[in-house]
Amino acid sequence: MLLGPALAFSALLFSIGVLGVLIRRNAIVLFMCIELMLNAVNLTFIALAQYHGVGGQLMVFFVMAVAAAEAAVGLAIILAVFRHTTSVDLKTNTLLQG
Amino acid sequence: MYVSANLIWLAVALPLAGFLINGALAIWRPGAKTAVSVVGPAVLLGAFAVVALIFRSYAGARLGTPQVVTLWTWVPVGALSIDLSLLVDRLSLVMLLVVTGVGSLIHLFSVGYMRSDPGYARYFAYLNLFVVFMLVLVLGSSLPVLFIGWEGVGLCSYLLIGFWYGDKANADAGKKAFLVNRIGDFGFMIAMFIIWATLGSLDFLEIAELAPLQLAAGGAVVTTITLFLFLGCTGKSAQIPLYIWLPDAMAGPTPVSALIHAATMVTAGVYLVARTNILFAMAPFSSTVVAGVGALTALFAATIALRQYDIKKVLAYSTVSQLGYMFLAVGTGAYVAGVFHLVTHAFFKALLFLGAGSVIHAMHHAQHATHSHEDAQDMRNMGGLRRVMPWTFALMAIATLAIAGVPPFAGFFSKDETLAAAFARGAEIPAFRVFWLFGVIAAALTAFYMARLMAMTFFGDNRTGPEEQKHLHEAPVIMTAPLVVLGILSAVGGMLNLPALFGGDAKLEHWLDPITEGAHHVFPLEMPHGQTEFILIGLAIVIAVGGLILGYRVTMARPILPARQAAPEVGFWKVLYHKYYVDEIYAALIVRPLVLFSDRVLWKDVDQGLIDRGGVEGSARLARTLGWIGTRLQTGQVGVYLTVFLVGVLGIFFVVMG
Repeated sequence: MLLGPALAFSALLFSIGVLGVLIRRNAIVLFMCIELMLNAVNLTFIALAQYHGVGGQLMVFFVMAVAAAEAAVGLAIILAVFRHTTSVDLKTNTLLQG
Repeated sequence: MYVSANLIWLAVALPLAGFLINGALAIWRPGAKTAVSVVGPAVLLGAFAVVALIFRSYAGARLGTPQVVTLWTWVPVGALSIDLSLLVDRLSLVMLLVVTGVGSLIHLFSVGYMRSDPGYARYFAYLNLFVVFMLVLVLGSSLPVLFIGWEGVGLCSYLLIGFWYGDKANADAGKKAFLVNRIGDFGFMIAMFIIWATLGSLDFLEIAELAPLQLAAGGAVVTTITLFLFLGCTGKSAQIPLYIWLPDAMAGPTPVSALIHAATMVTAGVYLVARTNILFAMAPFSSTVVAGVGALTALFAATIALRQYDIKKVLAYSTVSQLGYMFLAVGTGAYVAGVFHLVTHAFFKALLFLGAGSVIHAMHHAQHATHSHEDAQDMRNMGGLRRVMPWTFALMAIATLAIAGVPPFAGFFSKDETLAAAFARGAEIPAFRVFWLFGVIAAALTAFYMARLMAMTFFGDNRTGPEEQKHLHEAPVIMTAPLVVLGILSAVGGMLNLPALFGGDAKLEHWLDPITEGAHHVFPLEMPHGQTEFILIGLAIVIAVGGLILGYRVTMARPILPARQAAPEVGFWKVLYHKYYVDEIYAALIVRPLVLFSDRVLWKDVDQGLIDRGGVEGSARLARTLGWIGTRLQTGQVGVYLTVFLVGVLGIFFVVMG
């Protein structure tokens, strides 16, 4: 497998994720963008594992486990916010404003 | 039995133990009056015994050298190292005997006088504490140690003036004494600083040794030092311009007036000048100021005493006047005469105050019996008391003869020596002739007002009231016995320093030679001899006897009315009755502007404006503003948070990656 294209692809995925986080207003989309970034990192781990041993692959499993837990908590929060304000638009949810 | 001077700490420790015991009783067992009556005077008698034994050993061994008893190092700071050490020498021993001796008698008197007071234990605790500090003052071997005593006696004076603090006037009098003394203490401290800066030592023995070597005689430095020291003395020893607290201090119990405000504490200034005599001898200008202020105070206070009706007020102004004589003496360079007058004055003035206390005691009892509310201290309400109080009368008569300066009573010799010295100094510095004249006039006035006091109190018809008269009685033995001892001392106290003219050998003069030797070398004084001496003595006797007779005649010439029916004062008498309005003048010139300044500027501008608005509210406003700026960052927009977060992460990334 070619290392260069793999790393380039993961960088692209990560950048899309960052961009999405910064510009999207929908909480669920934002959440998906975070997943995108996590998986971009996973891809990097896998690509480099060929050269640096099995540790990278092991790390991927950790990330997936944490991402799953994070998804569960995050979706629960979004659900709760939606029930409360009937909206998942982040522009209108500004309860923490000083 | 030889008692080493090293044991002198016992003389301080005994009254201190008395203070602790009486203080504890005052807090937990105020009713235990018998215990207080035993402990209070016993510790003083013990201290007197210690001092007397040490004195006997010291005198027996013919020691002229001072002995320093170092207890511990008090302040070790760099080059400045102050030991808490006691100086036993011929001067301090004389003072110690007076303080503990007269103090013991007054403690005994207090047992009778204060017995029925609810604050009996508290009273004795304060009185014991006063003696502790007075002994520290006398024994201190350096200026700072003396200053402990100096401030301590001031504190006890304050506590005892305001002893009956339930009455606002008494509490105010205590405050006044405390505040006026602060002005004097300022001078004392400045003097200490300059002495330290120029001589590098605060120890009396070292000062006496270094001053002639390192300071120019008559120079600006030594003159400044002595003038500031004297400012301290004018506060503590009630001289112009700071004498105003002493007459008000009569608000305290009468034995307190006798002990603190007549016999001991107020003479601390005279003692300080005598202690640092070498400095004053080296500064003729300061000495002239000391003598001038003393002579002026002697005359000024004596005129006020002419027209006071409160028996204690007369004696208070008399004390101020007599302290003036002492300063006249030490300012003249006759240090021994000053100390001599200090000692004799302690005898006869303590006797006069305790006698007055005895009279007031009787008046109080009489008025208590009939629930009368007349002034028990107003001499216009007394009269004819010699019939009911023969002992008090006889003893006060002795004291009157002593203070007026009738030979052979104590005051004659000391006052005569003072005036003769001032006259002699006049040959060299003409101003002293004026001071001498002031002293002579004040002597005449002294005889006059004392005769008036005796006449109004003990002669004529009784004016207390028909019912009250029956209850007037002589004081109990516990009160008259100390009076008898003081009476004997007042009568024969002059023998202490009987001049050669009367066949004496000037004991005190020779005893104090080692103390004043250096000063006499710098500031020599040739006492008058032969014809001049006879003329001066003759004049003194004529003035004393004449003043007494005139005072009695003038007072008894017209019937005296009780205070309630007395006509208002007119003319110059009114000015004297109101004490030259000095209190009013001070109030208008100093107190009121100070209060106004404090109110308008210090309170409204500095405190409310600067500290409250600027400091307290200002810091709150600053915190609130900073907080407001912080809240602007909290937009509540998740996008903004994330952007900041990302920028932060990138920043850290670049910093770490270099």
